[in-house]
Amino acid sequence: MTTYQYDDDSVVVIIGSGAGGGTLANELCQKGVPVVLLEAGKRESPATFINDEWPSFSQLSWSDPRTTSGSWRIARDFPNLPAWICKTVGGTTTHWAGASLRLQEHEFRARDTYGAIDGADLLDWPLTLEDLAPYYARAEDKMGVTRTNDIPGLPGNNNFKVMYNGATKLGYQHCSTGRMAINSQPRHGRPGCQQLGFCFQGCKMGAKWSTLYTEIPAAEATGKLELRTQAQVLRIEHDARGRASAVVYADANGQLQRQKARVVAVAGNAIETPRMLLNSQSSLFPQGLANGSGTVGRYYMRHTTGSVFAEFDEPVHFYRGTIMAGIISDEVVHRPERGFAGGYEMETLSLGLPFMAAFFDPGAWGRDFASVMDRYTHLAGMWIVGEDMPRPTNRITLNDEVRDAWGLPVANVHYDDHPNDQAMREHAYRQGEAVYQAVGATRTHRLPPFPSTHNLGSCRMSAKESDGVCNGYGQSHEVANLFISDGSQFTTSAAENPTLTIVSLAIRQADYIAEQLRTRAV
Amino acid sequence: MSEMTLNRRRFLQGAGSVLLGTLLFVNGPVALAAPTHSWSLPLTRLSGDQAERLLVMVRRLYPHDSMEDAVYALVVKELDSRAAADPGVAELLASGVATLDREAGGDWRTAEVKRQLAILGAMEGQPFFTQVRSVAVVALYSNELAYLHFGYEGASYPKGGYLHRGFNDLSWLPDPPVKASPKPFA
Ligand SMILES: Cc1cc2nc3c(=O)[nH]c(=O)nc-3n(C[C@H](O)[C@H](O)[C@H](O)COP(=O)(O)OP(=O)(O)OC[C@H]3O[C@@H](n4cnc5c(N)ncnc54)[C@H](O)[C@@H]3O)c2cc1C
Ligand code: SF4
Repeated sequence: MTTYQYDDDSVVVIIGSGAGGGTLANELCQKGVPVVLLEAGKRESPATFINDEWPSFSQLSWSDPRTTSGSWRIARDFPNLPAWICKTVGGTTTHWAGASLRLQEHEFRARDTYGAIDGADLLDWPLTLEDLAPYYARAEDKMGVTRTNDIPGLPGNNNFKVMYNGATKLGYQHCSTGRMAINSQPRHGRPGCQQLGFCFQGCKMGAKWSTLYTEIPAAEATGKLELRTQAQVLRIEHDARGRASAVVYADANGQLQRQKARVVAVAGNAIETPRMLLNSQSSLFPQGLANGSGTVGRYYMRHTTGSVFAEFDEPVHFYRGTIMAGIISDEVVHRPERGFAGGYEMETLSLGLPFMAAFFDPGAWGRDFASVMDRYTHLAGMWIVGEDMPRPTNRITLNDEVRDAWGLPVANVHYDDHPNDQAMREHAYRQGEAVYQAVGATRTHRLPPFPSTHNLGSCRMSAKESDGVCNGYGQSHEVANLFISDGSQFTTSAAENPTLTIVSLAIRQADYIAEQLRTRAV
Repeated sequence: MSEMTLNRRRFLQGAGSVLLGTLLFVNGPVALAAPTHSWSLPLTRLSGDQAERLLVMVRRLYPHDSMEDAVYALVVKELDSRAAADPGVAELLASGVATLDREAGGDWRTAEVKRQLAILGAMEGQPFFTQVRSVAVVALYSNELAYLHFGYEGASYPKGGYLHRGFNDLSWLPDPPVKASPKPFA
């Protein structure tokens, strides 16, 4: 096993081993770059994953304290659980459902396409779909995305059958089992999907892509990676010139360690990433590291979401098989006549009995609620995911009143829905209900958003230094050897599930970092 | 150490009409798995009286008429262990249960259901109510007995997933074309 000295300042230190960090680590190691990967969580495996929702949640989720504020319903229902993300090797790629969609060309130009929208600071990305296309192709191959690279689509389950029939009755043209980073047949040493129905609990087959058992072992095999687990980063230090120089973390024994670094890449997901930068303030960076523009933590996005569940006379058993078994893409276009900018996808979703009880209508009790639970085997369900607006006030800040185990202020997540989000959600709820009514739903239900599964934008990339935190390669405008390597980079949220884009950006960033190292630019 | 004994006869004689309805359904799927006929729940911190009152409360919060008391008792068990671990919780539950009786003008268990619901409605949002409800919504629906009752099949990995066990067995709608939904790999 490769190990590096704490004072080895030739290494790239990557914080977080999820979609962004795990991919970046592997890509750099493949090029011979020495990497120390610091991950706050433990290392599990398909063998240790648990087919039971709450026990699995305890095993994988980030449960350190966080606080919330704002008018979003999460602040009331889950005041200390703003986001549903992981603290484990592989990060939230252990939890994720696998939907892998490219952003659309116009979504990289949101400001240009949608125009100015009150209460939102829309901005175009500093890169285009054309720039990212080759990296999307590499990501799809790496992740084994169905319907790309001659990989067949997955077979649809019962929940998909209901969605498909409703969608076609309604006249929708684009409904299929979609593009999923789940093996529809054995590929690259991983088996095909056995339709377990526990994609959110860590795939015990290893059929679903996760950095845990793809990127990270591949990186270890190069001899260039040292993965340190239960290593929770507290702050990033810099030298007198304002270059990132070391990372301070608490190890598995609670001991503080300082790892020197030539380059630091932050990939802690869009809440912890800005928190680490803000907690790294110094006399040189009084507002927090890389925060001269004041945008670190701002423009936090979570997608416009909600779910529609429907009851039927006949059984569905929607929990059997892949969770996101299919998708309707007809509404993902930008069509302002609908009363909002941007678009949304509808994707099947099922919940096991425990999560159904917790998330169907948080806080609900009594006969009405119980009567839906009674129909559990006769439910179909879908999740709505659409573009939400970047607002300067939707924001991660430090909450000085609440401290974590190491005495650092926790992250507060503030979110207010924008009128555009509300109009889109209303439209999507209506269309979702219509899909199910078209095939005889006896009752339909609108579920409120869950704690955020997609967390984006809190260190956004921008062409101009004053508009954001990093450039089109995720490189900090201010600190040349500091990189943002996760969904925090997103300039706008676009409608699509974000992970394919996070992975593609990480591959592109690895090429860029390797070049910068070679030319001694960093 | 105390215990709450739940057996059919005792309820028929003792608790009166409150729980009677629940006992008419002893042949559901849970009845086969649960120790239905006579069983007791050992309690660490709660008294048997408190436990019975909490059980009725949880039944009112999440009324599944045909579901066995055995499943509801799992919530009481969880509340008991929280009370054992945290004196603050024990205190909260004790005073909450006393409030239930007081509001019911005597014995909460035998108050009319309508009255019970009104009492709970007035307590919504208060710490006792929130404690019981938040424990109940997890404990009641996250156990094998509940899975059986609601028809959720639980862990599927040990059974090889649903690939050959009905993931696409829905027959009341036409199958989507293979372009939208390819056949499973052989
Ligand atoms: C239930 C669910 C379903 C989803 N389904 C989909 C889907 O179908 N399609 C899709 O595109 N996306 C999906 N997602 C979202 C997807 O999981 C995320 O977009 C993606 O994993 C984010 O990657 P990341 O690298 O930003 O962060 P993560 O994958 O969350 O990784 C961050 C890692 O950083 C670690 N970390 C954080 N702070 C520190 C610190 N201070 N020190 C050390 N380590 C730290 C964390 O422990 C974690 O392991 C889903 C998410 C959930 C929860
Ligand atoms: S349904 Fe497929 S992807 Fe999901 S957990 Fe099962 S084998 Fe893995």
